[in-house]
Amino acid sequence: MNGTVVRLTYRALLGGRRAWLLLLMSVLLLAMAVLLRVTVGVDHQITADFLGAVAVAALVPLFGLIVGTGVIGPEIDDGSIVYVLSKPIARPRIILSKFLVAACATVLFAAVPTFVAGLVMSGTASRIALGFGAAALVASVAYSAIFLLLSVVTRHAVVYGLAYALIWEGLLGSFVPGARTLSVQQWSLSLTEAISTRDLVSSDVRLAVAGVLLAVVIVGATWYAGQRLRVLSLAGEE
Amino acid sequence: MSEPTARTGVIHDIGYRKYDGPRLGRARVARALYSHSLRGAYGLGRSGRSKVLPMMLLGVMCLVAFIIAVIANVGAGITSELVLPYSAYTFTTQAILTIFVAAQAPVSLSRDLRFRTVPLYFSRPLERSDYVLAKFGGLATALFLLLTAPLLIMYVGALLAEFPAGRETGDLLLALLGTVVFAVVFAGVGLVVASLTPRRGLGVAAIITVFALSFAAISTLQGIIRYEVGNADLAGWLGLLSPVTLVDGFQVWVLDASGRAVAPPPGDAGGVVFVLVTFAAIGACWALLNLRYRKVSI
Repeated sequence: MNGTVVRLTYRALLGGRRAWLLLLMSVLLLAMAVLLRVTVGVDHQITADFLGAVAVAALVPLFGLIVGTGVIGPEIDDGSIVYVLSKPIARPRIILSKFLVAACATVLFAAVPTFVAGLVMSGTASRIALGFGAAALVASVAYSAIFLLLSVVTRHAVVYGLAYALIWEGLLGSFVPGARTLSVQQWSLSLTEAISTRDLVSSDVRLAVAGVLLAVVIVGATWYAGQRLRVLSLAGEE
Repeated sequence: MSEPTARTGVIHDIGYRKYDGPRLGRARVARALYSHSLRGAYGLGRSGRSKVLPMMLLGVMCLVAFIIAVIANVGAGITSELVLPYSAYTFTTQAILTIFVAAQAPVSLSRDLRFRTVPLYFSRPLERSDYVLAKFGGLATALFLLLTAPLLIMYVGALLAEFPAGRETGDLLLALLGTVVFAVVFAGVGLVVASLTPRRGLGVAAIITVFALSFAAISTLQGIIRYEVGNADLAGWLGLLSPVTLVDGFQVWVLDASGRAVAPPPGDAGGVVFVLVTFAAIGACWALLNLRYRKVSI
């Protein structure tokens, strides 16, 4: 880890108005949770449907995408990454610092609001809020790692990340059952299934398998991103 | 009075030639910018790497339609209808449309902002509104082509399977009207967001957030309110809040299409409101873009 890289990344990611824009999305989720609680009342199935479809399937991947690519993508895009790379800091350490900022930001802006939304809608009953909060937490970390790797590998990281999040997890996941076993969303939902005492969500992946796969993806993606950054070549504008 | 001194300074004529060809004026500049934007949306005239993504999306779009056409021919004896109606195709494949808008709207605008070419455009006989019109038209046409190509493939498939030609043609024409509205609304919203940032990556993420998050949130809320609460009217009204469900509602009411959103617009009053809001959204995008380009910098 390197303090300066962390500080620079943090300021580039959340400095100025950007933090407010990100916060707006979290507030939107909470506002909808409050709205549902007020209009519909407490219904655990609704909580599970809402958090599953809006928070875990949409908000967390999008946040992971914006933040994971945002910590390094713009710097590679405008070439200013060379000023960091030319300092005597190991490239894997640069990646690790940036990953730390991305993971913290995603957890703060996406996973914490998911947990709070769960509390608002269901209270502490059946550990639903805790289950979804934990799922959002691990998904946040995993998405940050994957999308950070993607933005080191390609300049179109956001678009390919989207293709994964929308087409693979969304469209293919609903038609091809096999696609679901290789999806961060299902891995994290298996955690919800294990934690929550009520049978509200079902994941296609067993908890042990999901845990191993998550760990492999997070560690592997971060490690490989560090390796790729060692051989990064800056290309001109297409 | 002093005599005029001998001239010492000389402007050397080093042989630059003036342009003495015809000056084509405002309309031609706008038309050139339009075709440049349209070609740019598919990466034509740019490097090979920037063609990959738009062509891949177009390919996926057509591949799905091709499969539907094949199914129609294989199962021609069993059924006389396509698996998926024309008017539902755009809604079903909206993820691809969203990615295309998100990827290509910033391509159209952000580069001009980042490399400061906008002032150069405006120093020509080109009005601000011409620039906006050319970009808006370029992207909307690109989206229209993306949405129309698969429908034509399905249409050819349906004719080859000897489905009733009159019915298929009518359905296709109605669906094409729907794709025009889809293209214009999506291009408008995408360009408004893209015009706010010179950074391409940020623009892509912001556009996706607007489309995908609003769609996920609205259709989940619609589902909960319609089936768990049992208030179909309220669920229908919620459709106004996301671009995809808005245009889908427009299609359902104006073109009598089979809607794919969770809840259709509530009644005739709802239908009228959906139409008005759709046109208001297009007008608002146009007005916002013009407002945005009164000033060149961010």
